[in-house]
Amino acid sequence: MATTLKVNGKTVSVKAEPDTPLLWVVRDELGLTGTKFGCGAALCGACTVHLDGTPIRSCQTPLSAAAGKSVSTIESLSRNNSHPLQKAWIAHDVPQCGYCQSGQLMSAAALLAGNKNPSDADIDQAMSGNICRCGTYVRVRAAIKTAAAEMRGAKA
Amino acid sequence: MTQTLTVSRRSFIKASSAVSAGGLLMGVSIATGPARAAGMVHTPNAWVHISDDNVITLISARSEMGQGVYTSMPMLIAEELNVDIKRVKVAMAPPNTKIYGNALLGGPQLTGGSTSVRDGWEKLRVAGAQVREMLITAAADKWKVDRSTLKAENGLVTGPAKGQKATYGQLAAAASKVPVPEKVALKDPSQFRIVGKKLTRLDTPSKVNGTAVFGIDVKLPGLVYASLEQSPVIGGTVKSFDAAETKKMPGVIDVVQIPDGVAVVADTYWHALKARRALKVEWDEGANANLNTAAMLAGTKAAAGTGKPLVLKTVGDPDAAINAQGAQVVRAEYICPNLSHSPLEPMNFTAWYQGNKMDLIGPTQWQDAAQASIAKAVGLEPAAVSLQTTFLGGGFGRRIDIDFIIQAAQISKAVKKPVKLLWTREDDMTHDFYRPMSVHNIAAAVGPDGKPTAMTFRFTSQSITGRVFGLPAEVQDPLMTEAAMAPYEIASTRHDVVKHDAGLRVGYWRSVSHFQNAFANEGFIDELAAAAKADPVAYRAALVSKSPRFQNVLKLAADKAGWGSAPAAGRSRGVALMEGYDTYMAMVAEISMKDGEPVVHRVVAAADLGRMVNPDTVEAQIQSSIIFGLSAALWDEITVDKGRVQQTNFDKYRLMRNNEVPQIDVILVQSTEKPGGIGEPATAIIGPAVGNAIFAATGKRVRRMPFTKDNIASA
Repeated sequence: MATTLKVNGKTVSVKAEPDTPLLWVVRDELGLTGTKFGCGAALCGACTVHLDGTPIRSCQTPLSAAAGKSVSTIESLSRNNSHPLQKAWIAHDVPQCGYCQSGQLMSAAALLAGNKNPSDADIDQAMSGNICRCGTYVRVRAAIKTAAAEMRGAKA
Repeated sequence: MTQTLTVSRRSFIKASSAVSAGGLLMGVSIATGPARAAGMVHTPNAWVHISDDNVITLISARSEMGQGVYTSMPMLIAEELNVDIKRVKVAMAPPNTKIYGNALLGGPQLTGGSTSVRDGWEKLRVAGAQVREMLITAAADKWKVDRSTLKAENGLVTGPAKGQKATYGQLAAAASKVPVPEKVALKDPSQFRIVGKKLTRLDTPSKVNGTAVFGIDVKLPGLVYASLEQSPVIGGTVKSFDAAETKKMPGVIDVVQIPDGVAVVADTYWHALKARRALKVEWDEGANANLNTAAMLAGTKAAAGTGKPLVLKTVGDPDAAINAQGAQVVRAEYICPNLSHSPLEPMNFTAWYQGNKMDLIGPTQWQDAAQASIAKAVGLEPAAVSLQTTFLGGGFGRRIDIDFIIQAAQISKAVKKPVKLLWTREDDMTHDFYRPMSVHNIAAAVGPDGKPTAMTFRFTSQSITGRVFGLPAEVQDPLMTEAAMAPYEIASTRHDVVKHDAGLRVGYWRSVSHFQNAFANEGFIDELAAAAKADPVAYRAALVSKSPRFQNVLKLAADKAGWGSAPAAGRSRGVALMEGYDTYMAMVAEISMKDGEPVVHRVVAAADLGRMVNPDTVEAQIQSSIIFGLSAALWDEITVDKGRVQQTNFDKYRLMRNNEVPQIDVILVQSTEKPGGIGEPATAIIGPAVGNAIFAATGKRVRRMPFTKDNIASA
């Protein structure tokens, strides 16, 4: 039994069982390995992707819940690092080990999609589900503000 | 001005055979995406690879686990090679102890101990300079001119005459046949163009678009996936197992027993994990079946009194001063719990057994040990075991151990397929090599002026080096004595260590014993300051009068934190000071108390680590270490009951999140001293800085980590 969904704008048909977490469908069947496995329990946010625009933990989302819907992964931001968040992440040299950063970026992208001028409280709210063991948080916050400024056409 | 160094020929042997072109290119593609080199790749020495079409690849012999060596190691080579650092490729070194060993750690090819820059500071610049000189020699031979008329700059060798211009790539084939020069001139640091300048990390672009390859991301043709059921009590063994149900599950290829447990191998990871849940295993839980934390701590406390102390240093007769009639004596006991490393990428490795050889790909901090141990485990010669290092999704010391690599290799050998073994978070947290618990017993005699006249210091804990390197019990473990000798001027002192195996397996955890020793020393000196009714900064400053680097960082941190003025209502400050990894650091934490627990609002860190390679990375490592140390100091403890680790995921082992991070101000001292390490030291003093702030806020001296409501209430 195949499941049809849209991943990064392309319609795909996948053969994994409907109870398979979306994380493993994306990583192992579709080969999109930018999305990471950290805890398997929706506690760390490393597996964050968007489902119809909403950030979700793909390790706890069965494939069946994504059937017929649209999934966006880190690979959808841009391959050439042209997205304002990617540019800001590079400008602030945010990543250390880098393992959590796909999830951080996808949570940040969901935040900025609905709010181009987030306050610190907005950032707290949107980003507190994403653990960074290296502690890049200070730069994550600064980079979100820089990207938001670019997206609303202001100088950072 | 340049300095001339004599280079040992043996230490910089030409090593074109050490890194085969194929292996090199694979390394490049893993780390940075395809770097297509047309034609041959030449290896003038083991650190620099240049293709005919001028692709220059510099080698990092240290694992990139977030600390920035993927950038800082090539920066040191490029400084003397005179190439554009933004245009080079980077590859991770294969196992080769002779060439890529870490002299600061006694030789192994190991990333740890905040040693990468200190170990590479000279040898990597020499490596770059050697190749620069070889390229010049090759050009001089080609153009038949005196080599002194030529220069190598920005990837080109040029001379004064027309036509005397060649890229490094055009000269690489000839240069790789030139003898490696015995002596090379190195730039005076004032001439540095790359080292010491801020550079965006070379791995950053691949870490913001999902293309960076970690161990979990390795792909091979025909790859299968394994999930391993290990004994719930570490050290236990399989008594029997029933895989009948498991084998009926979708996608299962095989179920195999290895020494550490039972592995389910399937066509996808999810199939392997799901089928593993149907496995029935009966365990012989072994010697630790009844281990529990309370008994471990009681045993450690008892050993402090009965164990054989290994003396680090004795000055004068501290016992006489402390035991003298009428002496004013302060005594304290400090306790640190077990901790987990919990890097965000769970343990994993990919292994491919092919009868006469084994290919290994994945995240490790210790390449040569992995190669040697896996060779032994699967019955091959080390030369038949290849190892490629991916990016590490965090290390913090956990990936010095190679248990999971051995497991992957054994599983691959059993199923004769390329296998990716991936642990769950629960596997990872319950099968760590934990930061050991510890007990400190400290006593000091205090003079009429409130200053200490004598001090004894005993650290009782478990020797990690005994397990990892086989250090004999009767030999001092240098990784237990870090920062044990605080910088304070005290007339008579004795520092000693009692080794005690509390039962749970232990490993090196970021900053190792600095963390525990600094907690005890910096808490205790704060107690002495309080007993003397002295200001904690002024009290310390008076005791480091002969140490200008300590005085400087202490003043810088205190001034920036506004130490001289009263904090805002409800806020309190604490200070801590330490030298570790040749880095001098002072820290001030500002907190308030809420519902019996501290909230950390601001941290100021001042660091003098001598010369820096990439100052922005230095700042990032200090930010990182403070946050890493805060999770441990505020919240974390691994506990054991009936031999089982009780914390299984991040709901029970709390890691700091974005909304909990304090303002962090980092002050870096511009210094010409030799480089110090920076990946770890700040981890060790954030704890005591917060602990001392809790004392300032509450009057309670919390001598037991973590600083939870319970531990504060019972202090």
